[in-house]
Amino acid sequence: MDTKFALAGIDYLIMVVYFIFVLGIGWALKKYMKNASAFLEAGRSIPAWVAGLAFISTNLGALEVMGMTGSGLKYGMLTTHFYWVGAIPAMIFLALFMMRFYYGSKARSVPEYLKLRFNEKTRGLNAILFAVMTVLASGISMYALAILLENVLGWNFNVSLLASAAIVLAYTYLGGLSSAIYNEVLQFFIIVIGLLPMTILVLTDVGGWGGLQNSLAPIVEGKGFAADTWTTTWKYSGTGSANPLGVAWYGIFAGLGFVLSFGYWCTNFLIVQRAMAAESMTAARKVPLIGAIPKMFIPFLIIVPGIAALVLMNDPLKGFALPLNDAGQPIYDYTIIMLLKHYLPAGVLGLGVTALLASFMSGMAGNVSAFNTVWTYDIYQSYIRPVTGNKDADDRHYLKIGKMATIFGVIVSIAAAYIASKFGNIMDFLQTIFSMINAPLFAVIFLGMFWKRSTGNAAFTGLLAGFSIALIHHGLTQPEGATTLVKGGWLGVVHTYPVEMAQNFWTAIYAFTTSTVLTVVISLLSKRCKTDEELNGLVYSMTPRLSDGDIRWHQRPWFLATVVGVICIVLTIMFW
Amino acid sequence: MLDIRFPIGLMFSIFGVLITIYGLATSGNEAMYVRSLDVNVNLISGICMTLFGVIMLLFSEPVRKIFRK
Repeated sequence: MDTKFALAGIDYLIMVVYFIFVLGIGWALKKYMKNASAFLEAGRSIPAWVAGLAFISTNLGALEVMGMTGSGLKYGMLTTHFYWVGAIPAMIFLALFMMRFYYGSKARSVPEYLKLRFNEKTRGLNAILFAVMTVLASGISMYALAILLENVLGWNFNVSLLASAAIVLAYTYLGGLSSAIYNEVLQFFIIVIGLLPMTILVLTDVGGWGGLQNSLAPIVEGKGFAADTWTTTWKYSGTGSANPLGVAWYGIFAGLGFVLSFGYWCTNFLIVQRAMAAESMTAARKVPLIGAIPKMFIPFLIIVPGIAALVLMNDPLKGFALPLNDAGQPIYDYTIIMLLKHYLPAGVLGLGVTALLASFMSGMAGNVSAFNTVWTYDIYQSYIRPVTGNKDADDRHYLKIGKMATIFGVIVSIAAAYIASKFGNIMDFLQTIFSMINAPLFAVIFLGMFWKRSTGNAAFTGLLAGFSIALIHHGLTQPEGATTLVKGGWLGVVHTYPVEMAQNFWTAIYAFTTSTVLTVVISLLSKRCKTDEELNGLVYSMTPRLSDGDIRWHQRPWFLATVVGVICIVLTIMFW
Repeated sequence: MLDIRFPIGLMFSIFGVLITIYGLATSGNEAMYVRSLDVNVNLISGICMTLFGVIMLLFSEPVRKIFRK
């Protein structure tokens, strides 16, 4: 199947207009970048709704969009577990219980919270792992973008890679975190508006939701599942073998709904940074809840078209097919690309392509703006500057370091992108490995925030051990049909999971459990490292309750959280 | 600081107008719209986007300032 798009002049015009606006926003913000706090923390001045949309947009990168549409085709509505049970509870928890400690502690990053709550070495470990992970993630999305542009638009790989890096560098260098956040909001609207025509057309074509259910039944039965497996979520999760995810309800609940999602949404600085940039404590607590509202409806925009694509693929009259890889398997990640190509004429097609470009770039910018903060405050300020003996390290100095870190981050990302193009497997492997740091990190931060007895040495050991267990588990297990050691089993296979998803869930569960048990046991055996006074503002039981009495009722975090929770439950029941 | 509604509104107004004009110009071209189920999706999207853009602009601080004067 040919993946090339035939773009018209109007499509290029739309792309150019978009890039002018992206760079224009950076330029307009340049005059506010007077100190390190403005550049790296957006001066803590972002309104709640802007930070809320950026919060959700950071996660809505192109790899996510392409992956989720492909998963819709592969797993059906079960993919919504990544949105409903796998995101909303964690976002509500972050808003109601954790945000006030991140924001109120005056920490400028998640690693810095670890320093305030525990000790220097716990921060150091987290900061270094995080810095490597963000640069790697940014390089991988840069590589994926360049490959996509080569396959879809026929552009030169090197030119696409360097041009996209230059644009991202330009607007993050000019406007720092504010520029990244504002562009994420712009990107949010362009993704929704750019993909909506495709979603509506594909659903109309398959005869709406009812038509989709009818056409899916024989296809799904042919795969050996019950007729409505692709249009339901929890109905067939009694056993792992009854659904295409290969995971039963308790695995989904514990692995995705608890460990993976709380690890990602509550402790990943890339995400939390958006809420930490909010203009006030109340705004910061509302940010995840405002983001949760669009988050719940994104499945209809990107997962449902993927499900419909399964019907299209099985109807020869539609003439829809996915490109095949060397092994003759369909490349599921191209589902959304092929849907855009199938349904959109020139004009709206340009908008759809711009939406994908936008999401790639903001993904990179998000990583770069989180990297430069952690680099400046957690690595440079605490380890490098003391060694160089630089006495005149004032705010202007850190602004300079932050800007240099931005350039450095982009250059390393470009290098990572080229490594990915030469040794794709190594990058996949590293990405899997680094995705494992969130589960133990959540265990440690959770215990730190809600149990005053947990100690620094325990946290450090728990973090390190959790990460090691995740590595060992990955090394000893593999998904069925794995052909490379990248998928696991590089220490020898003791267990084979039916699908990769199940392996990921259980890796996270083991890492989290190890980390929790070790942190608790060692805390009980060791002396406390902080006094009760020192823990004020850092630990739940040591901090006076916040009073929301002076906030109007409909602006209160608890009220918003209830609204979000109710909508999420209604959606879950509707698509049970 | 910058009110993000202004650039969003301005950008989508421009997109909307461009795509509406393109939709009108290609309205006789039936072959082009076969893929989009015989709907002139440019015209419809263009009008919706223009509306969205203008509403965003009206709510943005720079425009409200002009109205206050």
